[in-house]
Amino acid sequence: MPEARRIVATDCGSTTTKAILIERVDGGYRLLGRGEAPTTVEAPYDDVTVGVSNALEELQELTGRRFLAGGRIATPCTDDLGADLYLSTSSAGGGLQMLVTGVVKTMTAESAQRAALGAGAIVIDVIAIDDGRADHERIARIRAIRPDMILMSGGTEGGTVQHLLDAAELLVAADPRPRLGRGFRLPVIYAGNSAAREGVEQVLSDRVDLLAVDNLRPQLERENLGPAREAIHRLFLEHVMAQAPGYDRLLTWTSAPVMSTPRAVGEMVQLAAREEGADVLAVDIGGATTDVFSVFGDQFHRTVSANLGLSYSVCNVLAEAGAGGIRRWIPAPVADRDLRNRLRNKMVRPTTIPQSPDDLLIEQAVAREALRLAFTHHVALAAGLKGVQQARTMADLFTQAASGATLVDMMSLGLIIGSGGILSHAPRREQAALMMTDAFEPQGVTRLAVDSIFMMPQLGVLASVLPEAAMEVFRRDCLIPLGTVIAPAGRAREGETVLTWEIGSERGELRAGELHRLPLAAGEKAEATLHPRRGLDVGAGQGRRWVGTVEGGAVGVLLDGRGRPLELPGDEQARIAKMGQWMRAAGAMPGKR
Amino acid sequence: MPVAYTPGLRVSASTILRQTRRLPMRGEVLVRAGDLVSADQVVARAQRPGNAQVVRAAQALHLEPNELQAHLVKRPGETVQAGEVIARTQGLWGLLKNEVRSPVAGVVEEVSPTTGYIRLREPPTIIELRAHVAGRVVQVIGGEGAVIEARGALVQGIFGVGGERRGRLRRAVEGPDQPLPASAISDCRGCVLIAGSGADGEAISRAAEAGAAGLVVGAVSDEALGRYVGYDIGVAITGQEAIPMTLIVTEGFGELPMALRTWDLLVSLEGELASINGATQIRAGVIRPEIIVTREAAAAGEAEAAPEQVLVVGSAVRVIRDPHFGALGRVVALPPELTEIETESRVRIALVKLERGDEVRVPRANLELIQE
Repeated sequence: MPEARRIVATDCGSTTTKAILIERVDGGYRLLGRGEAPTTVEAPYDDVTVGVSNALEELQELTGRRFLAGGRIATPCTDDLGADLYLSTSSAGGGLQMLVTGVVKTMTAESAQRAALGAGAIVIDVIAIDDGRADHERIARIRAIRPDMILMSGGTEGGTVQHLLDAAELLVAADPRPRLGRGFRLPVIYAGNSAAREGVEQVLSDRVDLLAVDNLRPQLERENLGPAREAIHRLFLEHVMAQAPGYDRLLTWTSAPVMSTPRAVGEMVQLAAREEGADVLAVDIGGATTDVFSVFGDQFHRTVSANLGLSYSVCNVLAEAGAGGIRRWIPAPVADRDLRNRLRNKMVRPTTIPQSPDDLLIEQAVAREALRLAFTHHVALAAGLKGVQQARTMADLFTQAASGATLVDMMSLGLIIGSGGILSHAPRREQAALMMTDAFEPQGVTRLAVDSIFMMPQLGVLASVLPEAAMEVFRRDCLIPLGTVIAPAGRAREGETVLTWEIGSERGELRAGELHRLPLAAGEKAEATLHPRRGLDVGAGQGRRWVGTVEGGAVGVLLDGRGRPLELPGDEQARIAKMGQWMRAAGAMPGKR
Repeated sequence: MPVAYTPGLRVSASTILRQTRRLPMRGEVLVRAGDLVSADQVVARAQRPGNAQVVRAAQALHLEPNELQAHLVKRPGETVQAGEVIARTQGLWGLLKNEVRSPVAGVVEEVSPTTGYIRLREPPTIIELRAHVAGRVVQVIGGEGAVIEARGALVQGIFGVGGERRGRLRRAVEGPDQPLPASAISDCRGCVLIAGSGADGEAISRAAEAGAAGLVVGAVSDEALGRYVGYDIGVAITGQEAIPMTLIVTEGFGELPMALRTWDLLVSLEGELASINGATQIRAGVIRPEIIVTREAAAAGEAEAAPEQVLVVGSAVRVIRDPHFGALGRVVALPPELTEIETESRVRIALVKLERGDEVRVPRANLELIQE
């Protein structure tokens, strides 16, 4: 790779397109600026490169550099115009809406539906021979819903073949057009009776992007959902998510292939875990999807919750968590009706941002639930057989998930990294810290950090071309330490002392139901001695003293005596008072600086 | 120059419209390129074969399968009515005769000498595809459908439920800021009602019961929407709901006056036949609901450039998020630097002089351009 003096990288999210400028300064690479603009996947543009140009225009205005010439980015850089390297990631394709076909609705079709849901998809329709519809109705439906992917199932091993061939013919007749158009073939996963595989391939392989995996219901009494789930996940990541109108044009602009956003972030998370030498949990929360990454020991896991997000998917978070689930995080009375209307308005105008403090509190409440649900999904899938050497492929991960225990150990977790607009651009870093603490409920002693300006995707793709440049910028400009959370695991009665602590020259007692913040600046460390109450654990065992070093950051040290699992008061007035108290203690209440 | 923030929904009194119409199965296209078609005209038709019914006739008549042929009353190719005798044995001197009757109306398709079964085929179902919009056929898609082009008015909604329907536009309230009370809905069979700022669950149900083809309204509450469709909509992919009336929302959720421009255009078209579709998909490759009133067929080769979306000082805009949701105004300044707003976020803003007189700072992401 030739010397790259000026690097521009963009991340095309489903809602916002973010551009960063990196330049070589005094022998090292540094971040010089950032610009953003709404992603342009809606008419009249229908072209993701319009949003890229807009984000680059903003970057030009804010940095005084020039990148654009003739309606596109100029590469390489000549006469101070353009960039030597232009890279991009994309998740502009948004969430995953699937169609499932099976033979009997309550049998194979139901298993297929479970496989799709387990992979984080939304199933928009289930087509089966006993679904009560005529073929032309099924065809009209397939055309209208424009699924992102189709999962075909049916027939136990040795069972029906003809019904699967009929289903394949039905797809041929429907001729489903992928919603993102040109040059893109609809992914279809075949997970039915293996005896029908060849016939299905003959019918479909010229028309769709067909991938055959093991039968997801080989016997009536046995399911084998792992291979289908893994295939859904992989095809979504590689084929659906990054696609968007204008994607082919974007490919002609970039100096290296466009990488899907979760893949890029996953690269950086693994580099970060190596750099930090700790177990790491990272999250990237977007408009359509929320991606969770974990590194425990040498195990890396990535899950994409394809319909949990803060704009396009916001009403799916509402549907999954319920209005009450979201409202519980808001330190003010909010009528369900008002909450629901506001979230619907965000859904139909996904690129808008909160302007009033109450709107911000609502979005941050939704974020807590999206993070919590995505994390639950990750914990369920990041599982393995105890005592068995783990392979690192997603296929094995999913196969083992059925019988294994989760590999996510909150007590051994050393660092949580938050990325995504709501965390990286929270007006106060304290808000990001509290959102992650509430959603993930770390136990023991855990450091928190955020991606400073939401650039892990761009650094991830840069790492594939210039790894040293990516790591330099990551170390210097990307990861912002927020500090350390100390949370005894277990529960005690309100007001009881749960922890006696000494941190640096400070000492005190933490009571159940209390959140206490201790200033400790970024770069500072303090010796800590923690004595948890009998029955509670901060990492050395129940009731046992923990001695070690804690690190500071933009927030400092959060002593969290709220108990694990975290429970909020059932009484509405008490809940509001408690949430307000915790937010003020953490410095996270907007407009009260 | 900042280009393109949130593009406005299209509200145009005259634009070129292009509709692709496709059958759900192969069939016969009934129009030719160049034909003028009306909205209700059938442009393509397909026959869905009827269901097959098998009658174990030889068994019922106590015959060997190869003896059945001699006892048929109805032969392959002949039509039968439900209950009509299709095979019979005479018995002794005409007594003790046995009969087999057809369980359905249809055609005798096959008589098997091997199994002694009679296969009957019910009549085919005809699937008709209508033009949906009046205009000129510009392309025939062999065996599948046609592309129709026309000039007419187009109003895009922000969200809708329910599929394609057609009806005459009828104003149901006096102004764009008035909600539609259930009590104001009387006979509106086949109409597309134009309401103002909102319609509650009762008004929506009443309109549907009264036979309205559609209801176009500024806003609805999430509660009213859930009550009408019968469930909570998670992701915005709609258009296939089993509901009797199509509902199109032009502004958003809650109670919001219909934008004056939208209202004025719809009211000016009162009495005209509107083709509406509530189908919405809010994701990459967006689909928004539509209200179309065609005026004339487009001239051959006529095309219309999409309006340029440029936010400049002087641009007419609408605020699309609280605290000024729905307010109209003009951009008076576009400061390039990041500015702190009420949430303490630092974002790019526009200074907007609202129609009501005050000047406010609004994040650029919360502005919708209004085409003038």
